[in-house]
Order: sequence, then structure tokens, then C-alpha cells
Amino acid sequence: MKILVAVKRVIDYNVQVRVKEDNTGVVTDNVKMSTNPPDDNAVEEAVKIKESGKAKEIVAITVGEEKAQETVRKALAVGADRGIHVKVDGVIEPLAVSKILQKIVDKEKPDLVFMGKQAIDDDCNQTGQMLAALLNWPQATFASKIEVKDKTLEVTREVDEGLETIEVNVPAIITCDLRLNEPRYASLPNIMKAKKKTIEQINASDLGIDTKPRIDQIKVEEPPKRKAGIKVANVEELVQKLKNEAKVI
Amino acid sequence: MSREVMEYDVVIVGGGPSGLSTAIKLKQLNPDINVCLLEKASEIGAHILSGNVFETRALDELFPNWKELKAPIETKVSKEKFLFLGKEKSISWPTWLLPKVQQNHKNYIISLANLCRWLGEQAENLGVEIFPGFPASEILYNEDGSIKGVATQDMGVDKDGNKKDSFEPGIELLAKVTVFAEGCRGHLGKELINKFELSKGKDPQQYGIGFKEIWEVNENNHEEGMVMHTAGWPLDKNTYGGSFVYHAQNKQIYLGYVIGLDYQNPHLSPFDEFQRFKTHPAIKKTLEGGKRISYGARALIEGGLQSLPKMYMPGALLVGCDAGTLNMPKIKGSHTAMKSGMIAAEAIIDHIKENKDLSVYEEKFNKSWVYKELHEARNVKPSFSWGLILGIIFTGIDQILFRGKLPFTLRHKHADHETLKIANKMPKIEYPKPDNIITFDKTSSVYLTGTNHTDNQPVHLKLKDPELPIKYTLTKYDEPAQRYCPAGVYEVQYENDLPKFVINSQNCIHCKTCDIKEPSQNITWVTPEGGGGPKYGNM
Repeated sequence: MKILVAVKRVIDYNVQVRVKEDNTGVVTDNVKMSTNPPDDNAVEEAVKIKESGKAKEIVAITVGEEKAQETVRKALAVGADRGIHVKVDGVIEPLAVSKILQKIVDKEKPDLVFMGKQAIDDDCNQTGQMLAALLNWPQATFASKIEVKDKTLEVTREVDEGLETIEVNVPAIITCDLRLNEPRYASLPNIMKAKKKTIEQINASDLGIDTKPRIDQIKVEEPPKRKAGIKVANVEELVQKLKNEAKVI
Repeated sequence: MSREVMEYDVVIVGGGPSGLSTAIKLKQLNPDINVCLLEKASEIGAHILSGNVFETRALDELFPNWKELKAPIETKVSKEKFLFLGKEKSISWPTWLLPKVQQNHKNYIISLANLCRWLGEQAENLGVEIFPGFPASEILYNEDGSIKGVATQDMGVDKDGNKKDSFEPGIELLAKVTVFAEGCRGHLGKELINKFELSKGKDPQQYGIGFKEIWEVNENNHEEGMVMHTAGWPLDKNTYGGSFVYHAQNKQIYLGYVIGLDYQNPHLSPFDEFQRFKTHPAIKKTLEGGKRISYGARALIEGGLQSLPKMYMPGALLVGCDAGTLNMPKIKGSHTAMKSGMIAAEAIIDHIKENKDLSVYEEKFNKSWVYKELHEARNVKPSFSWGLILGIIFTGIDQILFRGKLPFTLRHKHADHETLKIANKMPKIEYPKPDNIITFDKTSSVYLTGTNHTDNQPVHLKLKDPELPIKYTLTKYDEPAQRYCPAGVYEVQYENDLPKFVINSQNCIHCKTCDIKEPSQNITWVTPEGGGGPKYGNM
């Protein structure tokens, strides 16, 4: 089996994201960037499957500006065999990414495509689903457990009611939940080896994909500040406040 | 257990101005030399915090074409002010009466973190192998006692020291010369200074704690290129310290406060002094209507030449503030740190090529402009042990009349951990509550640093005696760790009226103040898992 894993470069999850003063977006200059956390789970799962002998090759791919390559480099350092970087500058939306991935799937012919369930920057949670639709492949989203069988996968999904186990035929798209596994550390020698591997670079325009955003972003604002709480003296006061002030009971 | 081994010509520990300058200079002198640089932060720059008014002297030598190479150095100092603050009022000190070391008209207001990011790129372009997220946690010695290299931290160890599933052992990096560039109070540098008695015959090192906030302010309150320093309020006259207010690009103000860690009152809270400082009418008016966007703190070196340890030992060198090259009266250490690294690089080349002894580093250092600068500056800080007024008078005579050439050297008498007086003999300080507009608490401040440490790892703040904080330090000094820590790592909590010492190590912003100021030297700072700690942006 061959697995294609898609990774995205996002603002690191520890960074306090700040809205630009002109409300056109968030500040990214000199901000620490990392691989989208559930994408790390996707890479880890692919590597585990390869280690168990059920996959032969892992190809990591990212779509984005020049520095997005860092995420592919990291995937290479933890066990991906090859890397692809599709270069796009500026904002890129999930539909354009899935169209690009479709082209790459046509070329690479993987049996599985793994990626994170959603990216922590725009929280869209769309790319996997759109790619499945474009390819007309089955999909298993929010995977927290994956078992590889002969021509199928048994996937446990994190759903609102609890866990749902489904079986999908290969080829398939799998989007990964944070509970799927614990991503390994990249060791220093492996990072060094990964630095020496070449990453195939492709321009999005050469794939014939129009990456122009379809959504007009009107304004980006910080969420309103939470007001400070109050301490109540006793249960009576609490009930009274819930009734008369909060009007919830 | 055997670890993987990698060999280099030179291994550098720390990616700040001194380490990066060492790496760059090495590659400029000999492109074939193999250089590896380890950095504990998740990326170069993420643990860098500095004022910073930058003197370009060392950079001019390292990259004469830094402007062409687009170094992030743009805002030239255009105006200078020095204020003595009283509680309500302030007196402006005429700039022409400032000693030459405190004049900044040729300098630039920069973010040192961004400069380091740029230096990191230059170093990588020259072929230096940089590994962020890999702290050196252990020094490796040869049988003859010389330094063989360093080992990186094991990853994936749980809080009890057991290996997790994700365990990844550290590796050994061996080098002909290992350069320690960890910055002020580096934990390996500390081990070396003790082991090789590098401070023998020198004065005890002196430290300060520096705070910095970045504010985005109203256009009307902003004057790009303006540099202001203050002394006086809110500190009493026996506490050494002062503020900086730098008007940087993009309507930002770099605002900070430095307090000498030789303060005596255990009730003093450096963090709260800084917060209180911002409420002074002369400062508050600039901040009003603005927004605080960053916070951080870091210990810094103040000891100067008298406290500068020997900087070489068999197989290794100390550079920058891992030794202590900061020029205190100038309030600058970046250019001297860079220069010390560049000199170290020259010495290493001589050592490898011509087999010269590493002591050639100190010979070269003593002939350089850094030494001259530090020599002229040497008497300023110790004179402030007589109090602010006498310190200023002496400094005027020393720096303006004699230009640092007085024929004697004042000494630093005490280490900073020895200066605290007993708590019940010293006045308690009532700090005003934060208003969350101009002043803030520690929790909301630490939040801005982006600090994180992986859960379930060993506590990286080690107590030699775990009973001591409650049994001794609390009774005698009212456990000052609660106050000197700028991140609220240390707390004394009461359960059933019994005090308990709590270490919230996940909040640690790697400033090293606890390692310096703890009166019994009971706290040792060691490296946590790689990539942990703050994620500073343009600090």
C-alpha cells in the first residue's frame, strides 16, 4: 500500500494569536509556526502502518508558501519517504487544496490519503471531505483508531454520541483525530537526514488549478472579553441570580 | 545504555547573538569546518528577550553589508531622554550631561529575537547545522577531564523518570571545541565555572532581572526612534534598577524594567515594581489607549569585568553572557556578546589549524575593544551599592570626567543570593491591584509568552533539599520565590493551615532568577524537554 499524507503549516498552538490592527487577518510575522497538530497524528499513523509492514511508501505533501516545506521536512524526519510541496502564495481555501490533492492523487496513485481532521487556524474541517467527493472515494473522518485489513479499513470515529466504528474500502480518505496516537519525536540524526532529502516542488498554476479565494473575508475580530465572575454567598442568592439576572431558570 | 554519537569540529550550545556569531565567523574563516548549533527553544529567537537598543559595531565587522542582506535593523535612535522619577513628578536630565556610554544617537531600536532569526538564516546559508528544540543537557568529558562535547536531552520521559512509549534517547555530540553560549546563568556554563574554578580570584557575579512588554499605542503617543530611560521611583534608593521605554516601528513601544538581584528586602516583588512603574504619570500617559501585546522576563549579567570568569578550559569556551560580557552602564550586551563569539571563532581556527592553546581566546579578548569597553565601565555598577545618589555622583566623576580611567577598581562584595535580609526586619510592601488596563497580574502576563512544557515530564526546577522552602526559607525570608519569579512558578499554598511549597514548572519562562536569587542556592534550573518554554515573537 502507498499512503499520501497531507500536512499544513499553521501558527503554533501555544502562540497567543493576535488580530491585525486593521482587522484584515491575524499577525503571522515572526510568529512561531508548526505543523497542524492532527496532521502530526496523520503522519504518525501512516508511519505506524508502514512499520507494521502493511504499507510500502509514505509520501508527505503540503500546499502553501515556500516555508510550508518545513512541515514536509518534519514528516520526512519521522518516517515519510518522499516529499512534495505545491507552491501557492497567499490565502488558499480548502476547495483549492482538495483540487490540488486530487491532481496529486491522480499522479501518485496512493491507496490511502491521510490528513488531520481540521486545521487549527481556520478550523474549516472540509479538505478531506471535499477530496473524497472529488475523487469519489469513501471517507472516514475523525478517526481515533484505524485497523488495516485486507482491502478494507476498520475505522473508529469520534462522533458526538461517542464512538462509531465503520468499515471503508480502499482507496479511501481518512481524517485523523488527536486521540488516534501520540506522535513521535523527530530524532536529531533523522532531522539531519531529512534536511538532505529533496522535496519535489510543483507550482499550483502548473497543475492548472485556480487557487483564487472564493470567500470574501469582511473582517477579523477578537472575541469579546469575558466579564469577571462573581462570588455568591449562598444557594438562595445563586438561585435568585440565575432566575432574575441570568434568566436561565 | 549507549547513545548515538555524532562528530563535529565545533558544537555550539545556544542560538543567541554570541552563539550565532561564533558559528557565522567560523564558517566565514573556514567554509569547510563542521559546525553544529543546538538551541533549546522551538525555533531560533523564541527564547530571546532584550530591550534592545543595538550598537552595530560587532555586526559591522561580521557582515559589513548587513543592510543589503536585509538585517531587521531599521529604527535609528532619533531622540533621547533620561528621567528621574519621583512618586508623582519627574525631572528630565539633560542628555548632554549623560556619560558617553549612555548616549545612543548612532544606535538602533531593534528586536533582538528578530535579529537572531536573521543571524540564524545567515548561519544556515553558510552551512551551519542548527537544531532548534534540542537542549544540551549534559557535558561529556574525556578521561583526562577535558571537554569532549555535550549530550542532548532524552525526550519522552515521564514525571517519575520512566520512559514513555514515545521515548527518544538523547545523542552525543562530540567536538574538537565545544562553545557554551547559553546566555546569562546557563546551566552547563554554571557547571563548568564551578568544575574548572573559572571564577577563582574574581568577584562574585552580579545579576539583574529584566522585564519587557511590547505595547501598541496611539499614534499621538508614539515617536518612532525615541529612547527613554528612567531611574528612581518606584524603587527605593538602595535598590539598583531602572526602566527603558523605546519607541519602535509600527506604533510599538518596548517597555521594560531591570532590577538588580542584589536587592535586600525579601518582600520586594520585581514583577510588581515593574507593573507599578507603569502607573507613573510620565509613563501612563504614553500607554493610555494602547494595548499590551507581549510580556517576558530574563535574568541578565551585571557584574562586568570584575566578575568575568576565565573564558577557556580544556576543550571548551564560554562566550557572551554565559561568561558575562554585558556592559552594564551602557545597558547593552548584544554587541559585546557577538564580538566575544567572533573572537572565540578566531581562536578556535588557530587552535584547530595551528594547535594553539585555547587560552589564545582570552589573549585576543583582552586586546579587543570589548575588553576596553568593559574596563572603562567597570566601576559604575559597584558604586551603586552606596545607594542611588552617591552612585550617580560617582558615576558622573568616573564616566564624564575620567571616562572610566580612574586608577582603581571597585569590587562586588556579595553574591546576589547573600543579600536578602530577614523578612520580619524588613518593611512589607503593599502593591496596588492590577487594573487590567495598564497593570496586570502574573497569570495573564505568562499567558502572553506562549509558554508551554509537555505534560508529564520531570520537574526541571530541582530542589536540593525539598523541605527547605517551608522549614527555613518561608520562616526566615517569607519564601521570596513567590515574588522574584516573574511567572508565578513558585507558590506557598495552605492545606488545613499547613504550608506547602508548589512548583508550577510548566509556567517557567526560563529566566533563571530562582537559580540565582534563592538564598540557600537550593533551586537548580535544568533544561526541560526540548521546545518547551516561552514562544516569544519579536522580543
